[in-house]
Amino acid sequence: MENHNVINTPIDPKKIKGWGIDADPKNDPTYPMRNRMNISQDPDFKHRPKSLQPEDTEVLRSIERPNVSAVFGTPEPPTGLSGLIRRFAFQFSENQYPHWLPLLLADRVNVVEGVVDDLVHGHIPNIFAEKGYKAEWKHSPQTLVLKMAAFTAVTAGTILWLSSGNKKKKPVKRSRY
Amino acid sequence: MLAMEYRGPKRVRAVQKPMPEIKHPQDAIVRVLRTCICGSDLHLYNGNVPDTRVGSTFGHEFVGEIVEVGTEVTKVKVGDRVIVPFNIACGECHFCRQGMFGNCHESNTESTAVGAIFGYSHTAGGFNGGQAEYCRVPYANVGPTILPEGMDLDDAVLLTDVVPTGYQAAEMAGIQTGDTVVVFGAGPIGIMAARCAWLFGAGRVIIIDQEDYRLEFARNYSYCEAYNFNEIGDPVVFIKKITDWLGADCVIDAVGAEAAGNALQTLTGRKLLLQAGSATALHWAINSVKKGGVVSIVGVYGPTDNLVPIGNMMNKGLTMRGNQTSVKRLLPRLIEHVQNGVLNPKGLITHRLPLEEVADGYRIFSGKMDNCIKTVLMPPTANQ
Repeated sequence: MENHNVINTPIDPKKIKGWGIDADPKNDPTYPMRNRMNISQDPDFKHRPKSLQPEDTEVLRSIERPNVSAVFGTPEPPTGLSGLIRRFAFQFSENQYPHWLPLLLADRVNVVEGVVDDLVHGHIPNIFAEKGYKAEWKHSPQTLVLKMAAFTAVTAGTILWLSSGNKKKKPVKRSRY
Repeated sequence: MLAMEYRGPKRVRAVQKPMPEIKHPQDAIVRVLRTCICGSDLHLYNGNVPDTRVGSTFGHEFVGEIVEVGTEVTKVKVGDRVIVPFNIACGECHFCRQGMFGNCHESNTESTAVGAIFGYSHTAGGFNGGQAEYCRVPYANVGPTILPEGMDLDDAVLLTDVVPTGYQAAEMAGIQTGDTVVVFGAGPIGIMAARCAWLFGAGRVIIIDQEDYRLEFARNYSYCEAYNFNEIGDPVVFIKKITDWLGADCVIDAVGAEAAGNALQTLTGRKLLLQAGSATALHWAINSVKKGGVVSIVGVYGPTDNLVPIGNMMNKGLTMRGNQTSVKRLLPRLIEHVQNGVLNPKGLITHRLPLEEVADGYRIFSGKMDNCIKTVLMPPTANQ
């Protein structure tokens, strides 16, 4: 038997008794700035701009839309490992974590790629300046000193902990007789 | 050309980048005259917005001069000085024709929930922003609005986002004459929302934040009551108490993902990114509005799920509204308000830095240092 519930049958709201009878634009706080239009009343709702931007670079597209938008940004096309992760993410809809979480991961990978790219091009990134620490030193030196002290303590602690662990793992040299 | 460049969380710099090019017949190239750092940029700066790629240029608040136009551009010409709304909109799609320019369907390929925004990650279209000497502006027949005669550039640059977003926050709150309006967040948008709430006939306007200098600024600029949430105990109980134990008529969340005030939200939302930013302000908004009240959200949250008390929302019969601001729709009215002296946008500006010092600008603003409310960046070519 055919299952009629698999796809909802479209309903023409105008045929529903009382449809729109209480629609009072005064109840809408944004009225009359917004001119609401029901898709079924809009003869041209699939309208697209005349000109479409040529796709001369890789553009990732949400699977929740049928096509690429008429214009799009092109500055940082996906590349490297982060690009692979981004391409993977765009296999999933925006409704799913497998779309967003890999993108966050790709962003972190991209940061490392950025540092490597800097070094490859002979540029040593000035992390102190890029983080705006000059301004922090000027306006809030105590915060900066505290941050640096905490960072140093954590780094020193980690190094000590790792080095003490290594000692334990070192095989004990036994003399053979 | 010189441009700001994102290198990773809390790392930005000014570098030389290639000049932007016309990619579509309705594109224009704009020489930037003023650009701002927005509170929303901090979500990008902190690495909280997915698909923020290294090498990107931020900046969705800018005004400038047209230096090149595509073949289909008819509404502006080379030499025009323009206010550039932060959202990129075609003006023809289903949503644009409803005035929802912030939801254009023909500018962002990578996400369907939001339209495109200049310099706001690939989730918002992957366009470079205006924290640069030059910027590509798509749909130049739609967005850019010619600078009115005599308008100060500092006023104009705040009309690209801050003023319309604050105004729309108040508009979406559905304020009725005499209503009590609470605004969470005394950043530039919150301050402007509080100021605009009066334009809709509010009877009482209250702003909540944790920085005393911002609260003092809000008291003077927005003529509102201002409270530090660290000093009032539970803000929800406090608001109930001062509203005859009913709650506020309208509450505006002007904070979004960076909210402080709840350690668990800060840990899960801001530090571990397990939810789309800290939802502290949203919790406070939902819980402190009265039954049947309206919550208006202009604070930016990430795209994944939040731990929102949705049950409360249903039980209290709330109306919640939220959207990116449709700047183009609001501009004519707001220009009128500025010209008539009803609004004074440039009064928000506390810092002015050359674009070369963009990293310091971000650090000062994000660290709430030096009593910073709003920073304007000046590209080297701005005075040519």
